[in-house]
Amino acid sequence: MARLEESTADGRTLMRQTPASAEAQIANATLARKMRRRGEESRFWWLVPTIYIIFLMLPIYWLVNMSFKTNQEILGAFSLWPRNPTIANYMVIFTDPSWYKGYINSIIYVVMNTVISVAVALPAAYAFSRYRFLGDKHLFFWLLTNRMAPPAVFALPFFQLYSAFGLIDTHIAVALAHCLFNVPLAVWILEGFMSGVPKEIDETAYIDGYSFPRFFLRIFMPLIASGVGVACFFCFMFSWVELLIARTLTTTAAKPIAAIMTRTVSASGLDWGVLAAAGVLTILPGALVIWFVRNYIAKGFALGRV
Amino acid sequence: MERTWNNKAWFMVLPVLLLVAFSAIIPLMTVVNYSVQDTFGNNVFFWAGSEWFEEILHSDRFWEAMARNLAFSAIILIIEIPLGIFIALNMPKKGWGVPVCLVLMALPLLIPWNVVGTIWQVFGRVDIGLLGYTLRALGFNYNYVNDPFDAWITVIVMDVWHWTSLVVLLCYAGLVSIPDAYYQAAKIDGASRWAIFRYIQLPKMNRVLLIAVLLRFMDSFMIYTEPFVVTGGGPGNTTTFLSIDLVKLAIGEFNLGEAAAMSIVYFLIIMLLSWVFYTVMTAYDAEQ
Amino acid sequence: MNLTWMAWTLPTAIFFITILVLLCGMAIWEYASPGGNPRVGVLRFETTRGDRLFLSLLGSAFIHLAWLGLVGPNLWWALALSVVYAIGVFRYV
Repeated sequence: MARLEESTADGRTLMRQTPASAEAQIANATLARKMRRRGEESRFWWLVPTIYIIFLMLPIYWLVNMSFKTNQEILGAFSLWPRNPTIANYMVIFTDPSWYKGYINSIIYVVMNTVISVAVALPAAYAFSRYRFLGDKHLFFWLLTNRMAPPAVFALPFFQLYSAFGLIDTHIAVALAHCLFNVPLAVWILEGFMSGVPKEIDETAYIDGYSFPRFFLRIFMPLIASGVGVACFFCFMFSWVELLIARTLTTTAAKPIAAIMTRTVSASGLDWGVLAAAGVLTILPGALVIWFVRNYIAKGFALGRV
Repeated sequence: MERTWNNKAWFMVLPVLLLVAFSAIIPLMTVVNYSVQDTFGNNVFFWAGSEWFEEILHSDRFWEAMARNLAFSAIILIIEIPLGIFIALNMPKKGWGVPVCLVLMALPLLIPWNVVGTIWQVFGRVDIGLLGYTLRALGFNYNYVNDPFDAWITVIVMDVWHWTSLVVLLCYAGLVSIPDAYYQAAKIDGASRWAIFRYIQLPKMNRVLLIAVLLRFMDSFMIYTEPFVVTGGGPGNTTTFLSIDLVKLAIGEFNLGEAAAMSIVYFLIIMLLSWVFYTVMTAYDAEQ
Repeated sequence: MNLTWMAWTLPTAIFFITILVLLCGMAIWEYASPGGNPRVGVLRFETTRGDRLFLSLLGSAFIHLAWLGLVGPNLWWALALSVVYAIGVFRYV
């Protein structure tokens, strides 16, 4: 939550700065006009991003469009927008336990996984960014191989492993299994952010008599708050989108929404409207926080290396 | 940054080590054990030696899946990397357009992968999907369920839709780090648009482009969810990539030995690629 | 805890113990002479002895697979080849 508020503050600061730089903008605009006249920059630069964004939005629009239609309308008449908008599809999801339980299950294991991943990754990332120790490079590399490992390789042994511990169909099993790729991800992202904090800050704090835990919580954490937010976001995201392992490790009690959706797809006699509504609802968490992480998306996907 | 030598840092890494070892090393050991044995269930195993590896290495099914996966990775890299660079070069550099572009372009990246599959499955259907319906109306005989070529087109367009933004965002991050002075100097020299790209922008994007290529290759090499949801590996086996094949073998047919042998071959390739990724990354970090 | 599902066999156990012994050996070596003897070899970038061990092991795995796929099931020759390869890696990379 702290991350969200901070980002909003960022956004506001940006807006407040805009009038101040208005003169610069006018100057820039004149320059741009000059450049355009000399043919250095095309006047149609906006065309490319616009076309690309339209290409990106069309399939999403179609899903949203379908989620507000009845099945008769979806199958009967081809229309670019819902003629009789209905929220019945969403009502089905919010009232039918077999649907909304899926969301609850997903959220439970995703949150567990995010908390575990970031909590263990914080000290490790600090160690990697500040110290050299026996085998550090190889350990860091080994973590990367786990982020890169195909989940398909692990699906079967995970099933055997968690069966042996009697953890099949529990949330903690999925949360622990997703640590396979989320812990390395969190370590790499956090290490990227921590390396950007100058080491003098640590040294000054120790000279001032801070103990390590106090320094870490009071001074260091606020400095890398955005990094922690980004790491949390990406752990959340990658656990939320994962289907293969989550589906393998659950049967009923902890079945994630992703698996419920796929099951509906493969069944005959589809309820397209409900399926579309369920899809829209899974996009929402990402769409809601995207504004706050917009400047860090590249960094997060590139494991903190940009 | 100069880092001090301190072996006590191991204690800070220990939780990560234990956690990841539990979910990575134990399963990998199990896979290795399965790969040299045969079983008829009930945890009764028979020694099989290298039989499963021979079977995998001589199986057309495996090599075909490998070939399909490599072709898929190559195609999407050829499309996504230039397209990503091109779009990044045309992104607005300042003003309100920047956050709008960033947010809208990043949206597909944040959609759950199975929903990406669902979106395209619906979008491409000839009866209710916008794409399929339009193509049919234009006279194309498009049907991704029955036609292998159409299935491939759909899966590739879906991946381009899903992941090109990653290349765009990475390249854009590289581009905005170029100081304005560079461009001004280029203007004084009367450099052409191509020269600016070749000698100023491309060198600055080198590192992010390498990351983008490697990440895209890795992720497309282990792609599972999206094509599985759209085509289920079909029609026939024409879109069965390595991961889909492996899951069919392991979970569908419960053929432990062969699936384990395949997992090991697969994992070794991933290890090699990860090593390339890591070496490239550390080499660049050392330069700076 | 029941471990039968892991299906341990003597050869695989020996394999993993060998890897473990190798890792411990590397740790002790590193402790005795820190720094990992970095040098720039035929790959034209700096490698330490840990990198060389990794390259040896990974390369050996691929040599074994290639032998199985191209020659035949007698892996002793592949093992001999791997040892030669590993010596080469430690000498020149």
